[in-house]
Amino acid sequence: MTGPHESASALTAEQWNLVETLTGMLTPEQARWISGYFAGLDVGLLRAGGGGAPAVAPSSASAPAARQLAILYATETGNGREIANALAAAARERGLAPTVADLGEYKIRKLKDEHDLLIISSTHGEGDPPQPAAGFFEFLESRKAPKLPDVRFAVLALGDMTYEHFCGAGKRLDERFEALGATRLLPRVDCDVDYEEKADAWREAVLALFESVAPATSAPVAAAAVTRTVPAAAPRFDKRNPFPAPVIDSIILSGRGSTKETRHIEISLEGSGLAYEPGDALGIAARNDPALVEMLLDSLGMNASAPLIVRGQSVDLGEALARNFEITVATQRFLDHWAQLTGTNDAFSVMSSEERAAFLHNNHILDIVNAFPLKGIDPQTFVDGLRPLQPRLYSIASSLSIAPDEVHLTVSPVRFDLNGRRCSGVASGYLADRIEVDSSVPVYIQSNPHFRLPDDDRPIIMIGAGTGIAPYRAFLQEREARSADGRSWLFFGDRNFRTDFLYQTEWQTYLKDDVLTRMDVAFSRDGADKVYVQHRIREHARDVYAWLEDGAHVYVCGDASHLAPDVHEALLTVVEEQASIQREAAEDYFRDLQRDGRYQRDVY
Amino acid sequence: MDLPPTDRSHDISQPLDRLSPDETLKHDSDYLRGTIAKGLRDPLTWAVPGDDIKLMKFHGIYQQDDRSVRDERRRQKLEPAYQFMIRVRLPGGICTTDRWLKITELAMAHGRETLRMTTRQTFQFHWILKHNVVPVIRGLHEVLLDTVAACGDDSRGVMATVDPQFPALQAQMGALAKAVSDHVIPKTHGYHEIWYGAERIATSEPEEPFYGRTYMPRKFKIGFVIPPSNDIDIYAQDLGYIAIVDADGNLEGFNVVVGGGMGRTDQAPETYPRVASLIGYIPADKLIAFTDAVMSVQRDYGDRADRMHARFKYTVDDKGLDWIRQAVEERAGASFEPARPYSFTSNGDRYGWIESDDGHFHYTLFVEEGRLNRDKLDALAVIARAHKGHFRLTPNQNLIIADILPEDRATIEKLLVEQGLANSNAQSLIRLNAMACVALPTCGLAMAESETYLPSLLTKIENLLARHGLSDEPITLRMTGCPNGCARPYIAEIGLTGRAPGKYNLYLGGGFHGERLNTLYRENIGEPAILETLDQTFARYAAEREAGEHFGDFTVRAGIV
Repeated sequence: MTGPHESASALTAEQWNLVETLTGMLTPEQARWISGYFAGLDVGLLRAGGGGAPAVAPSSASAPAARQLAILYATETGNGREIANALAAAARERGLAPTVADLGEYKIRKLKDEHDLLIISSTHGEGDPPQPAAGFFEFLESRKAPKLPDVRFAVLALGDMTYEHFCGAGKRLDERFEALGATRLLPRVDCDVDYEEKADAWREAVLALFESVAPATSAPVAAAAVTRTVPAAAPRFDKRNPFPAPVIDSIILSGRGSTKETRHIEISLEGSGLAYEPGDALGIAARNDPALVEMLLDSLGMNASAPLIVRGQSVDLGEALARNFEITVATQRFLDHWAQLTGTNDAFSVMSSEERAAFLHNNHILDIVNAFPLKGIDPQTFVDGLRPLQPRLYSIASSLSIAPDEVHLTVSPVRFDLNGRRCSGVASGYLADRIEVDSSVPVYIQSNPHFRLPDDDRPIIMIGAGTGIAPYRAFLQEREARSADGRSWLFFGDRNFRTDFLYQTEWQTYLKDDVLTRMDVAFSRDGADKVYVQHRIREHARDVYAWLEDGAHVYVCGDASHLAPDVHEALLTVVEEQASIQREAAEDYFRDLQRDGRYQRDVY
Repeated sequence: MDLPPTDRSHDISQPLDRLSPDETLKHDSDYLRGTIAKGLRDPLTWAVPGDDIKLMKFHGIYQQDDRSVRDERRRQKLEPAYQFMIRVRLPGGICTTDRWLKITELAMAHGRETLRMTTRQTFQFHWILKHNVVPVIRGLHEVLLDTVAACGDDSRGVMATVDPQFPALQAQMGALAKAVSDHVIPKTHGYHEIWYGAERIATSEPEEPFYGRTYMPRKFKIGFVIPPSNDIDIYAQDLGYIAIVDADGNLEGFNVVVGGGMGRTDQAPETYPRVASLIGYIPADKLIAFTDAVMSVQRDYGDRADRMHARFKYTVDDKGLDWIRQAVEERAGASFEPARPYSFTSNGDRYGWIESDDGHFHYTLFVEEGRLNRDKLDALAVIARAHKGHFRLTPNQNLIIADILPEDRATIEKLLVEQGLANSNAQSLIRLNAMACVALPTCGLAMAESETYLPSLLTKIENLLARHGLSDEPITLRMTGCPNGCARPYIAEIGLTGRAPGKYNLYLGGGFHGERLNTLYRENIGEPAILETLDQTFARYAAEREAGEHFGDFTVRAGIV
């Protein structure tokens, strides 16, 4: 592929394919062993990139004992934090004394005093940083950022290859540190959604650079950031080992005649030992649509029972396509892979990047396979172009204190027509169409410390649209169970009052029982004018501002491309008007709220 | 003249806490205002709070919900599919063409493109969402119509004969119906405040000089009839006026009937339908005085402790007709004269063209179940724009295009053809004489289907009648979805009242012109048993009837009921 990986890792497409293929076959133990092997070869290996590869600092021997090591992460879903914590734990095992900080909470003025920085950053939307880290990025990329000649750094970038600006935030950090004069310890590594093994390899590689450093006795005393401890015991069931959870209930919340199809799904966690807090997400390891698997096999002329090795284990091709690989959206890498196999490179090499993006948007793997047919290839060769099927995350819509051993979800299946085919989102289609009560779903808990209830007496303003209502159901269940006396105000928006007022009777009861203090709704398709939650926020500007001044925590959950910016804009306007201040001061107001954990967003 | 002592333990003389909770609700409602205005603004529900639901009835508005999705929505954590039925006050069923067009426009805009003509000669809008109630009522106000007292514990819509046989008398009766209606409706200014956005006016005048704070014990129904037509079912009225004319056909006065009423409550044998009792004659100029007197007797002596026993018919039976007569005369300051002779021939409509004695033409159009859906509304709007007379809604839920000048008849005839209405009256006699209430899915009381089911049942009954050679025999058949009797089933020759989904009580033997109650013949039966029973009864009727004998009369004479 000619995509981000190549320039990032300085490998050719062919080399990269080999690495990826190998990576897919490795167990974690093997991956660690190999990373150690590569670390031993470090200089030679790093030089092998040649050409445009960024300059790389000399390795381990030059790391002086007096240098401080800080691990920084920017995360939206918590993956970055997990990697950072694992890195910190591994570093401590090696006698290092790293500090760990969330860039959302990092004190920017400390930056110029840092020595060695290991940074993990995910990417959001169009190459943007995770929302909590926005302030850090703003500062780093501004003219106020200090020169950092004494800093050494390495970046692990997390992303999703289906987005145009893959790993954009990590790339921005990587480039900016270099521009500020910092020294790159290791070329940036870009990870797709199946980041685990690459992240493990990066961890081993980066720590290998510190091998010869003396034990922690000489570590700095002052921590530049909040020190976090690694969880004492990892849960038995996690992302790599999800719990097969029985579905207890699955109902369509959308009333008859709705233009939507939103579901409420209740899942049992009994016996799993899994626990969560309001605000957390549930990971679902969905299976692909069997009909799609069949169509794909048919198009490829392959047999479902063809043997295959996936992650070192033998599995039927049919099962592998259902369970192990992403077979809907095609990545750039798949396109390259397929073009190479079919000898159609020329057709794609003439495309601009926009054209390629559009092509990928309009053509899934099945469409590409159908458009450029190729019979008789080896199944292993085909799946080499695929990336592992990733679990999907859903905000949890329940609280354990009201529904012990249960987890509730609010799911709106993604549905669209593509090339004459009815398509559904992998996990949402799985949950909506192929899961029945008593079926089991592989799940795990994804913690989300950036979306947490404050103390019981604090007022909260919850803003959500569509399935973005989910975490607020968890919040109110929790507050009800705790008899919390803090005021609460819910803004909810959807299309039509009659059919899309999700959990309507529950909110009515919460209002009656004073668990919910106030609720305002906006239904965009009921009247001639499209009314959204941001309009309601503006309508009640005086009260919203009064609540903020009373210390209210503000939550936003829902669509990242429209809701979050529109609501943010509305909130800025409210503060501008009510406090009679300029835009810049209003922005500061929310930056402060954000810093204090009083403005939390869970957008997707 | 002093009234004999009577039991007053259940009437308005008692403190509120000894009466039904509805009495307290009315008393404390600030003359029917309650919190209606506030409830209309609540954006989190399309319902209004419980007490306001009852108060809104006095404003002609029923909160309902689509019962076919009630359970489904409960599971979906959605409130019921609330909507409102709005009933217009249309005394005598007389509707000008501009009003017709406005009502059509409102139904198209807010009422799911459907309207229903009721058994009390008015329009009902259905499926009106909460935020559209005000626009509908303001729209009606534009053509000087309102919905006051179309429901509630007050004097309901006043009926009047629509049969065009005596046009001058008919017009006079229509005007009296309007005058009496205007006289007896609640006077609260709350209606103007809530629906028209009027300011509240401070006044030392009593808001309800007649009703007071607690209004009537229950609904109170008044009607005017011109014999020999009994189209309004005079015996089903709480207070009925039967027009008595002199030798020249001019109105002289009224025979008065009191205490009619259809409603009964399921599983409550102490409730019953009752045909009104003839109490005497009054001269026409005493009409208002006697109306006030009769209503005030019911207001003051009606049962306010037990709502199932609160209609005037129970007061009449409890106190006795003589006591009632004495009380009314005392309050009216005049005596009833002996009743004058009169006779009825039918309580049905005469379909098609009728020429009245003033040379005008009238066309009665059969409208099945009174239901006007989009096609019919569109067609009738075309006619309304061309028509120079007015419309009359009949008590049998049909429509009269009334007062057509001879020179305009051809135009209307042509439009009926063009609009596809010309063949509407080509129905079997049983269908032309059938009525059904709305019932499911909107009526909160319904236990079984009615309007939605009767047409298909009639098709099967038509086949039975044809088999027995009875197709030319007019037989009245009325169906309701519950025992409350909105389609007046208890005075039909065949009555069917819903008990459970698909199950009905079958009544036989009502009088053809509504003069006699029918009798329960089979209880809680489904369609096969209904058809089998009717088949056997029709067979005997075909074989054993006397010349000119109506089906209802036959079933009584033959001892079937």
